[in-house]
Amino acid sequence: MEGTLFNLFASLAVLSALLVVVNPLSRNPVTSAMFLVTTMISISGLFVLLGAYFLAAVQILVYAGAVMVLFLFVIMLLDIQETARRKLNLVSLAMGLLAVGALFLVYKSSIETTYGDQTEHHEAAADSALVEAIPPKVGSTQALGQALFSAKKGFILPFEIISVLLLVAMVGVILLSRKEPR
Amino acid sequence: MEPTLSQYLLVSGALFAIGLLGVIVRRNLLIIYMSLELMLNAANVALVAMSHFKGNLDGQVMVFFIITVAAAEVSVGLALIVALYRKRQTADVEDLATMKL
Repeated sequence: MEGTLFNLFASLAVLSALLVVVNPLSRNPVTSAMFLVTTMISISGLFVLLGAYFLAAVQILVYAGAVMVLFLFVIMLLDIQETARRKLNLVSLAMGLLAVGALFLVYKSSIETTYGDQTEHHEAAADSALVEAIPPKVGSTQALGQALFSAKKGFILPFEIISVLLLVAMVGVILLSRKEPR
Repeated sequence: MEPTLSQYLLVSGALFAIGLLGVIVRRNLLIIYMSLELMLNAANVALVAMSHFKGNLDGQVMVFFIITVAAAEVSVGLALIVALYRKRQTADVEDLATMKL
């Protein structure tokens, strides 16, 4: 069951991410934004499979909700004309594909070396034993809140700094998008 | 059958590679920005997977902070794109090759 769901969400995420970047049918930014929403929802599905329920909810609220609305708003505000399709720079396309493919292969082979086949079962068993030893801790919203705000090992100072950062971002955005006074 | 940690890391790596491809290949500023979001989310998947399989909540806390910073970053970046578009009437990076506005 879990494996099926993982396959579903993972393939959906990767497929729609590909459609965000290289969509053969449409070069409209709105289409890309819609496929980005699909990617975000599949990623939050992966979070649910990993037991991170709070983060899954936050992912949908913040990304599929707020961020994508902002993106669509800006796309429609700018109202970019479908520019005459420029000649695709084949050299840069080939180089980009080559570099990214090589990077991914390096990453893949390093994962395979680290979690190789013979150790995989052993490791997975040890990991699941570890997870089962502390079942209520990982994932539940209460545990996450305690990890965030506990007085001894918490993240209270970063939390406050984040709130200041949000305030700074808000002021900066208002300043940037204001019409220049004449 | 429960998926393993390496499978999750592979998905995360694939998403990151696709995002990087978008940043390199596409010329539309908005799509480059969406690809950046994709890369951030790939990192989030890797962190949550690590947190789950190692039984340590610090990864999830970090993802919480990353989501917050990403939201702030998106708003500032989109405001910059809007301001740029007002000055230059274009969102194509090849038209934005000079440092002078």
